[in-house]
Amino acid sequence: MVDIPYEGIANIPPAEAPDVELYHPRSWWTRYVFSQDAKVIAIQYALTASAIGLVALVLSWLMRLQLGFPGTFSFIDPNQYLQLITMHGMIMVIYLLTALFLGGFGNYLIPLMVGARDMVFPYVNMLSYWVYLLAVLVLASTFFVPGGPTGAGWTLYPPQAILSGTPGQEWGIILMMSSLILFIIGFTMGGLNYVVTVLQARARGMTLMRLPLTVWGIFTATVMALLAFPALFVASVMLLLDRLLGTSFFMPSLVEMGTLSKYGGGSPLLFQHLFWFFGHPEVYIVALPAFGIVSDLISTHARKNIFGYRMMVWAIVAIGALSFLVWAHHMYVSGMFPQFGYFFATTTLIIAIPTAIKVYNWVLTLWRGDIHLRVPMLFALGFIITFVNGGLTGLFLGNVVVDVPLSDTMFVVAHFHMVMGVAPIMVVLGAIYHWYPKVTGRMLNDVLGKFHFWVTFLGAYLIFFPMHYLGLLGVPRRYFELGEAAFIPPSAHSLNAFISVVALTVGFSQMVFLFNLAWSLFKGEASGGNPWRATTLEWQTPETPPGHGNWGKELPVVYRWAYDYSVPGAEEDFIPQNQPPRATQAVQGAVS
Amino acid sequence: MAETVLTNSGQSPARLEGWRGIAADWASDQRAFKNVSWGKAMMWIFLLSDTFIFSCFLLSYMTARMSTTVPWPNTSEVFALTIGDTHIPMILIAIMTFILISSSGTMAMAVNFGYRRDRVRTAALMLVTAAFGATFVGMQAFEWTKLITEGVRPWGNPWGAPQFGASFFMITGFHGTHVTIGVIFLIAIARKVLRGDFDVARRGFFTSRKGYYEIVEIMGLYWHFVDLVWVFIFALFYLW
Repeated sequence: MVDIPYEGIANIPPAEAPDVELYHPRSWWTRYVFSQDAKVIAIQYALTASAIGLVALVLSWLMRLQLGFPGTFSFIDPNQYLQLITMHGMIMVIYLLTALFLGGFGNYLIPLMVGARDMVFPYVNMLSYWVYLLAVLVLASTFFVPGGPTGAGWTLYPPQAILSGTPGQEWGIILMMSSLILFIIGFTMGGLNYVVTVLQARARGMTLMRLPLTVWGIFTATVMALLAFPALFVASVMLLLDRLLGTSFFMPSLVEMGTLSKYGGGSPLLFQHLFWFFGHPEVYIVALPAFGIVSDLISTHARKNIFGYRMMVWAIVAIGALSFLVWAHHMYVSGMFPQFGYFFATTTLIIAIPTAIKVYNWVLTLWRGDIHLRVPMLFALGFIITFVNGGLTGLFLGNVVVDVPLSDTMFVVAHFHMVMGVAPIMVVLGAIYHWYPKVTGRMLNDVLGKFHFWVTFLGAYLIFFPMHYLGLLGVPRRYFELGEAAFIPPSAHSLNAFISVVALTVGFSQMVFLFNLAWSLFKGEASGGNPWRATTLEWQTPETPPGHGNWGKELPVVYRWAYDYSVPGAEEDFIPQNQPPRATQAVQGAVS
Repeated sequence: MAETVLTNSGQSPARLEGWRGIAADWASDQRAFKNVSWGKAMMWIFLLSDTFIFSCFLLSYMTARMSTTVPWPNTSEVFALTIGDTHIPMILIAIMTFILISSSGTMAMAVNFGYRRDRVRTAALMLVTAAFGATFVGMQAFEWTKLITEGVRPWGNPWGAPQFGASFFMITGFHGTHVTIGVIFLIAIARKVLRGDFDVARRGFFTSRKGYYEIVEIMGLYWHFVDLVWVFIFALFYLW
């Protein structure tokens, strides 16, 4: 039998810092609304992100209606279609996924998993949520202003983003930029909290190399976000100045509606560089928390320690660092100096190495594990498969010669929906099924959960696999309708109709999930404190849901890593991180 | 770092050499940066993030300056002043730079007196720093006024590339905002120091947390950073 790293008699140093002073709410308002408790803030973040995410889901239904049955729905015109794709993309990437993973899961899990009472700056943490909410409201308000939301595409490329002719040029683009600036300010306040909490507020015995991979993923993603969002901040400020004050940072001289515009001398490429210096790390800001969470789900539900923990940590850090060196692979066709493509193609392909390490390690964790196919595990497995599929098409698009004919086709749409749409959403859903018992004290319904998984998983493949084929045929993205281009066979049109029908079905099936969430809150089976028999600290709280200050009187002390599952000789098939060595040693002695 | 951390077995843990030792220290439990408070750690990380913002601003400005086909205005002429009968290039910017760097000196002294629990001197030096900062912003306002009366606008100017005005107003405006925020916080913290909040561990109005004299040092980190950024703006925008 292989010796499992056990750390049975590790020294536990004395406390280095006094216990924190917590803010104790005295009224209903400060307890549940203007709350400084990270757990409440997490739920506020999650609900707000989900609400605006549902709006984006409905937008995608409208897009699919138009694409599948062009000319049938008179209430969608080409301008509205552009507005739909823009808002769908921006909401999903930033206001849903980033906010949900970092603001939602980060706030809930970081203090609990590292053994802290709360985030280190609860007041700033509260401000973070309210600024985020303001950003969401400003974004949502664009649906009601004259001209509607911007239709510039989620990448907001100038010059077209601010020229007349692009829908939303009047108010939409201004409010979009303002909302992004607000989001970044709000995120920075939260992000500083997450980073400092992980670095400086861990429990006694919680070394960095004992952190659950969930924390590693969220932590690295937050550091990346703090370094990548500045580029978007600067790009937003400059584009806002171009639009409002008539500066020409990004605007070359050009003819607008038959007259020479007031702009001149700016560089549209500069915007693309700034945007993608943010935009590519953003992919991993969404992916790394997913990587971390999925590692914990797999280890817990396969009752086996994660394979190659140390390598998993280094892979997360390496992906984070490398992702700052690949941004221009989004710009092969932009007109930048062509030989840059070689550099960026190389760095892009290098990222495949740490990513592949992670996938191998997930699979090796499963190997000969005691796999329980519970709903969170199903979603975790669905993630691995989807991520591998989406990652492989990434290798296509990372190469300049393959990317040039494929760029701006449905192939790209299919690729990024697989890799950073469906895959992280799988993890989000799996994580909700996994941690819902901790948040509410009740289990989600299993039958509904399995139905939800299979419809979502199979549906995602029925939607996005054919889309790759459409892309290879040359069907362009962001087109209102295909018209009668000779290179697009009639079968492509029926395939589009098929995708639309599946997409609407899968979309509506999410209502089952929402029903499950609401129903289980009152009628779900009581879960107890640790229904999955997991090792990490959040399952060891004295109360479920965890009370104010998380840990009662005494802070937990950590004696082992987060993955002591199925340790030979131990009484149970899991040993919580805060279980002292002596308790298990006695049993071990009896066995040997 | 000098403190020896004892374990409850009473022995110091075995120490690893070289890089492995550094990594082991850094990854050890509770805190990655030993003896660094949460507030100080947060300020450092915030400044790292803010560095990226200013870097993006400056890189964007340099890109615009290098790629424009219209000549860039001669900065030493644009920022010249005639004092008496003498025409001195860059004189205002030189004075502004001198004032801001002097303010870093008074700030450092305030930090020193803060750790000596010398309430009056700390508060006085912080107020002097704030006054220097306010003077800097005031001179910036003068400079903006002068340029605007000479016809410089975000969308154009009489002498060349329109990106000159755009970059100028954006970068100095963003930096000036940082200085202004710094001045406001300096005054607020000086008031707390003078009132003795940090001696009696009085709780903050918003956060309901106790304050410590370390806040003066954290404020100092921010102030020195704003000063350092100005050096880069001075070198890259005015002197280039």
